[in-house]
Amino acid sequence: MISLQTKLKNLVLSNPTMLASGILSETSGSIIAAANSGAGAVVTKSIGSVPRMGYPNPTLIELKFGYINAMGLPNPGIDEFGKEIKDSLGCGVPIIGSIFASDEKEFAYLGKKMEEYGVAALELNLSCPHAKGYGMEIGISPEIVGKIVSKIKDEVQIPVFAKLTPNTHQLIEVAKAVEEAGGDGVVAINTVKAMSISIDFKRPILANRYGGLSGPAIKPIGIRCVYELYDALEIPIIGVGGIETWQDAVEYLMAGATALQIGSAVRKKGLGVFRSINNGLTRFLEKEGYSAINEIVGVAHELS
Amino acid sequence: MSYHRAVTIEEVIAEADGVKTLRFSLRRKCLPGQFLMIWIPGIDEIPMSLSYIENPKGITVKEVGEATRALCSLRPGDRLGVRGPYGRGFSVSNGNVLCVGGGNGIATLLPAAEALKRELVDFVIGAKTETELVFVKRAKKCSNHVVISTDDGTKGFKGTAVELAAEMMDNKKYDAVLACGPEPMLIQLFNLCKKYNVDCQFSLERFMKCGIGICGSCAINGKRVCIEGPVFSRNELESLVEFGKFRRDASGARITF
Repeated sequence: MISLQTKLKNLVLSNPTMLASGILSETSGSIIAAANSGAGAVVTKSIGSVPRMGYPNPTLIELKFGYINAMGLPNPGIDEFGKEIKDSLGCGVPIIGSIFASDEKEFAYLGKKMEEYGVAALELNLSCPHAKGYGMEIGISPEIVGKIVSKIKDEVQIPVFAKLTPNTHQLIEVAKAVEEAGGDGVVAINTVKAMSISIDFKRPILANRYGGLSGPAIKPIGIRCVYELYDALEIPIIGVGGIETWQDAVEYLMAGATALQIGSAVRKKGLGVFRSINNGLTRFLEKEGYSAINEIVGVAHELS
Repeated sequence: MSYHRAVTIEEVIAEADGVKTLRFSLRRKCLPGQFLMIWIPGIDEIPMSLSYIENPKGITVKEVGEATRALCSLRPGDRLGVRGPYGRGFSVSNGNVLCVGGGNGIATLLPAAEALKRELVDFVIGAKTETELVFVKRAKKCSNHVVISTDDGTKGFKGTAVELAAEMMDNKKYDAVLACGPEPMLIQLFNLCKKYNVDCQFSLERFMKCGIGICGSCAINGKRVCIEGPVFSRNELESLVEFGKFRRDASGARITF
């Protein structure tokens, strides 16, 4: 019997696939739909202290090998979002509350609220590439990241994962700061800062001009980051970036990811992507003579 | 897969007070009830159902905000960005069909009605007042029976399109009701369809961002208006408990109808 169960510290997932933050996870109905579709966990849209409308459209561009988005962290604010969590808690899989803030105090405030609402873990958005004063702007500083993680760890009991940006030469330093501050894991990677220009209108298409690239185009970057992080860290890594198929999932696991997040693939594969990846993983493990996911985590490091 | 494309406006038709149709050519196959994401550079990008699905294709715009005002100010020769078509439209099959269009909603229904046999289609066109009525002539071309309601009685029946639809359903057995209009109208019409046990397909509207099913901003009980919709069947509508109750703003906060 093949087990797809995986563990992130004391958080147990029935399978390694999670719905990534910002993808269909703004409302309880969508969270429940993802859970019913076989996701092992669901990460909420990133939530802040107050409501944000986000940027005007266009907020998304579809490209051949991926997508560029600049949603602008739209969210109803932590108070209003309580309703969505409350309506989602019975969905049968852990809900991970994603939060964004401008400093450690605000992060701690949001984290405590999420914990009160009943989420199973927190994901800190330290990596959104297109929101002024948030995300990547603070997530590229090992010092600030360390302060934020350490403050939150003092205030909440649930596991805390930090979502990292690839838009830095200090990926490892930032990740180490998370680990040293007591963080329970890192999520890598968020989108890659990008732009697309309309040659007809002679201007960037996104209203915010810059956005974050996701989808198959960034998978090799994600794999490289996870591989590097695996060598540097003891805490678990949640791999994300361009996963569409079970083969992509296996690649991330072999690079060193203990769990996976799936986002943009929902466009092409629908929510069926979770079951299809899990079925593929089971078949692959069986064929290769493994009995559990953790047996292939990081195996790509053993041969060199 | 549908990337951004620029189209040139070939014709602008004034349909009624503050309502214009923009016609342009786009070599992509579009189905009745599908929509395009329309980009007005520097202003906004909004979903618009197609009011004409053959070339020159068309969208019919009512001025309600900044983006629609900008669209209505465009002239032949001006350009627009488009992506799409997106969404699941009407699935039309023959049988007696009642089309109920509230306000600008009629524009979305016409391509579906035009795909049906003329003698099978009846129309209820509702508007606040006579000067806001659109596409009456076009409806008459694809239907033998077109009735009109206005809230103020300036044209046709004084009252709502739903009241008029109730009368029609009393007198005739329909196989399907197709509708598009304000959601408070649609929920009443939905209850009517249940009462008369008639199948229905309604085109719904929600605040939309990505248009391709990943951001979740247009979700109703987890069903994405941009993918599973915008047209929903009776069984689907039955399962959407948010239908007729609340929509969401750009932040995702609930707003009661």
